[in-house]
Amino acid sequence: MPSSKDVSASLAHILTNKACPPLIPGTCSSLGTHDTIGRQTGIRFILIQNRAGKTRLAKWYMQFDDDEKQKLIEEVHAVVTVRDAKHTNFVEFRNFKIIYRRYAGLYFCICVDVTDNNLAYLEGIHNFVEVLNEYFHNVCELDLVFNFYKVYTVVDEMFLAGEIRETSQTKVLKQLLMLQSLE
Amino acid sequence: MRGLAVFISDIRNCKSKEAEVKRINKELANIRSKFKGDKALDGYSKKKYVCKLLFIFLLGHDIDFGHMEAVNLLSSNKYTEKQIGYLFISVLVNSNSDLISLINNGIKNDLASRNPTFMNLALHCIANVGSREMAEAFASQIPSILVAGDTMDSVKQSAALCLLRLNRTSPDLVPMGEWTARVVHLLNDQHLGVVTAATSLITTLAQKSPEDFRTSISLAVARLSRIVTSASIDLQDYTYYFVAAPWLSVKLLRLLQCYPPPEDAALRSRLTECLETILNKAQEPPKSKKVQHSNAKNAVLFEAIALIIHHDSEPTLLVRACNQLGQFLQHRETNLRYLALESMCTLASSEFSHEAVKTHIDTVINALKTERDVSVRQRAVDLLYAMCDRSNSKQIVAEMLSYLENADYSIREEIVLKVAILAEKYAVDYTWYVDTILNLIRIAGDHVSEEVWYRVIQIVINQDDVQGYAAKTVFEALQTPACHENLLKVGGYILGEFGNLIAGDPRSSPLVQFNLLHSKFHLCSVPTRALLLSAYIKFINLFPEVKPTIQDVLRSDSQLRNADVELQQRAIEYLRLSCIASTDILATVLEEMPPFPERESSILAKLKKKKGPGKVPDMDEARWNVNGNTEHSENTEPTNKSSPPSLVADLLPTNRPRPASYSPTILSAGNMAPSHPFTDLLNMNSSPAAGASLLVDVLFVCKNNGVIFENQLLQIGLKSEYRQNLGRIYVFYGNKTSSQFLSFSSSVTSSDTLKTHILPLLRLLLTDLSLNVHTMPVDPTVEGGAQLQQILNIECLSDFSDTPVLNVQFRYGGTLQNIAVKLPVMLNKFFQPTEMTSEDFFQRWKQLGVPQQEVQTIFKAQHPMDTDVTNAKILGFGVALLSGVDPNPANFVGAGVIHTKNTQVGCLLRLEPNPQAEMYRLTLRTSRESVSQRLCDLLSEQF
Repeated sequence: MPSSKDVSASLAHILTNKACPPLIPGTCSSLGTHDTIGRQTGIRFILIQNRAGKTRLAKWYMQFDDDEKQKLIEEVHAVVTVRDAKHTNFVEFRNFKIIYRRYAGLYFCICVDVTDNNLAYLEGIHNFVEVLNEYFHNVCELDLVFNFYKVYTVVDEMFLAGEIRETSQTKVLKQLLMLQSLE
Repeated sequence: MRGLAVFISDIRNCKSKEAEVKRINKELANIRSKFKGDKALDGYSKKKYVCKLLFIFLLGHDIDFGHMEAVNLLSSNKYTEKQIGYLFISVLVNSNSDLISLINNGIKNDLASRNPTFMNLALHCIANVGSREMAEAFASQIPSILVAGDTMDSVKQSAALCLLRLNRTSPDLVPMGEWTARVVHLLNDQHLGVVTAATSLITTLAQKSPEDFRTSISLAVARLSRIVTSASIDLQDYTYYFVAAPWLSVKLLRLLQCYPPPEDAALRSRLTECLETILNKAQEPPKSKKVQHSNAKNAVLFEAIALIIHHDSEPTLLVRACNQLGQFLQHRETNLRYLALESMCTLASSEFSHEAVKTHIDTVINALKTERDVSVRQRAVDLLYAMCDRSNSKQIVAEMLSYLENADYSIREEIVLKVAILAEKYAVDYTWYVDTILNLIRIAGDHVSEEVWYRVIQIVINQDDVQGYAAKTVFEALQTPACHENLLKVGGYILGEFGNLIAGDPRSSPLVQFNLLHSKFHLCSVPTRALLLSAYIKFINLFPEVKPTIQDVLRSDSQLRNADVELQQRAIEYLRLSCIASTDILATVLEEMPPFPERESSILAKLKKKKGPGKVPDMDEARWNVNGNTEHSENTEPTNKSSPPSLVADLLPTNRPRPASYSPTILSAGNMAPSHPFTDLLNMNSSPAAGASLLVDVLFVCKNNGVIFENQLLQIGLKSEYRQNLGRIYVFYGNKTSSQFLSFSSSVTSSDTLKTHILPLLRLLLTDLSLNVHTMPVDPTVEGGAQLQQILNIECLSDFSDTPVLNVQFRYGGTLQNIAVKLPVMLNKFFQPTEMTSEDFFQRWKQLGVPQQEVQTIFKAQHPMDTDVTNAKILGFGVALLSGVDPNPANFVGAGVIHTKNTQVGCLLRLEPNPQAEMYRLTLRTSRESVSQRLCDLLSEQF
């Protein structure tokens, strides 16, 4: 059929045009180099929220202003809490995806690039939760509230600059206990 | 910190928002007084209060003090105090200039402290904040910390990722140097945590300068090989649920995806072995029933498959990967089914595995019907689309159509497009295609966009053998009492063109056809009614016997006095046309639409090859019209703004380049005359006055219409339209005097690469009614106050940089006047805009990575830096303006294709304004050096 080549010509661009607002980044200065335009992988943010939408941890790996952060927090909550247990642990989110896992009343959410490895981040969450559990001796939501400043330390040991920093639970816990002993 | 715990408890016990605010205000007052008090606070209290402030901030309240105290904590010798200080800064500090130097000073001291705990705190702070100031202060220092022999492992980990962050935020400040080679060798480090962090850093750096990090390939393969062949106990700390270092394996496999398959045969076979081992492990019985075990194992497996697909060179591995994914398609874990569908989508585009993917068609169709999670169904649709070819297209299209009946509204439009594309692409006979599209409209009419129904019309017009069938089918479909408006559009258009093919049957006689269409006329929107009016005038030509009936309709008050100016205008014009024009003229004006040109841009072909069919952007018929119309709204009357482009989009064939023999009469009759008051050109307010000709090249780069020359005697105005490599310019010569110009003539001189045909001068009688515009052969005299029109047809043979010149000669009062004006025909006029996603854009951008393909210039702004104006200019330049592509919303990104006769050149551009410096940086990448340069020259003069 003569027009078969032309097929996508008139239609397909719309497919790619499904406009979703991108996360609004501000990390690069307005005259940043080309490389800032390249596809960056890794974590954009980590959120821990309870079912009511209260944030228990928000860790940002890109620059957002406060309004944007609040908006993202609300959107993630809306997207994640409506999903049931039979659904996947992945959900498309703007131009990114959220990898999330629910533990009791808490949702642990990681926002990554669409090309990132879903299962690696899903288990990254679990690894993190096991460390928290060990560190706080059966962690519960209140531990995260009262020790919020320690949770940041745990995060920084395991994730830094939007990348996985350390995966060995033994090593992380050893380091955390060492820090705990310092005053 | 007991005080903190008490405060948090108090907040939690607050019964209402007001109580909470009250408690917080009390605390803020307390902290403020402590900070201001005479008594110096000890470190512990300072830490406690700063921590409370942080808590209050995290609750969502503004904090406007305490920064200084937090910075003071940095110089404490106690870890816990330092930690709170750094935390406060990481969470709260914005580029607060007066504090930055103090903070940097604290960081500097800690970096130099040789205390690994403090060094880590400082490095984490830099990595978390990542500001330019910090990059300036520390970017040169961190590499040496990273590669120094005596640095502790945990500090190395932090330093590597800190450097990665700075490289992302301020790459220009992170100098490559002799440290790069030593960083690669961190892949050999004893400590797997160091390797994990270093692999991320190397991957990021290798994406930017692959050559500098090529040596990492062999080290990564060696490391990977040791991991996958290890017994799980070997890597103790790094074994996660019986899987050896899963995250590190994933990272190494991703690093390898920065490169093509290794050239060295030994290395290549070692890598193949690794990949085979990973595939083999997927078949082994699980070492644990825990989902963590299978997730970790499969994380590695999916990354290995991604690498296999990336290499796309080992048929055996590709087919094995496909079989593995096939098993996952039926797995009880939803996650795995989802990922398998997603991964198979990319496999489907590899020639080696396409057939293997196709064998899973039934499972995928079943997924479409049974999956509970819409995102999984979405992946199933994507995969069906990707695996579709001639052999299974009927089945897939039928399944997608039936799914469409119940599909979620959010994805209907996308499915409609996919069905439309597949139906067209794989149609063996056009009757099937027509049926499919009509079905689409029936099932999901609201989601059928203009492009889809434009396309079916184009195809019917281009394919003689389907026209009768199409007319019959739409006629039947229109019998349904509640048919969708889109069907009415298609029906009106097709019957208007080809109603004669079924008129022999008394059940679909001309009058029956007309009555059928007109019975629905009053229920539809203005654009549809406009289209139907055009169909009616076409009927008058096709079927003289219904002329009186249609004239009656046109003559009715509801048409002639319609409140909508477009409908009114059409009714008046068509009525008049039908009354005064002879049969011959009618037949010419309303002749059947000529075939639409088939085309494909090079940018599409490449994307298609890369991405498989479908994700390919392109322009459409409509844009051509829109292009023309945006120009009108600028400088002619406002009616054009409100009227949709449908005027040119439907029956009257003015919207496309015509064969050279095509008579310009039709053009004028169709839409030119009423919409473009030629008189306006004489009195136009727009800027270019005498002497403007010098600036023509600059002023007309981004616009097509306007006055290019004016002196006391003569005004020359232009209206131009471009389509692919063809252009048509209407030149208007206005005699501003009250005397005649004698021996008026004109010619164009242009380079070899532009072919110009000049049609004879046309005389316009301005007093006549719109439809009575006559064209006459050359009349070498121009009366005083009169205007002449001339049409120039232009064809771009290859890319060019010089500007053609229009030479005009005439006698005025006995003196011979010679005028030479540059014609604003520049390379960018032959742009067709191309929409694409961010993903496609980046991919193309990378493909055009050869240095000669890129041209960049930095220049001072000549005009106020206004976003809207810049947007308009870039659109006027001819490219599509892509929003949401550039991570910085202040930047402009565009894409388009330059059409010349022999080739098409894809072009990507990026404009970065710097308002502080009032500078711009413009970067263009095209596949041809000369094009990049020329476009850069043209565009950079615009701002």
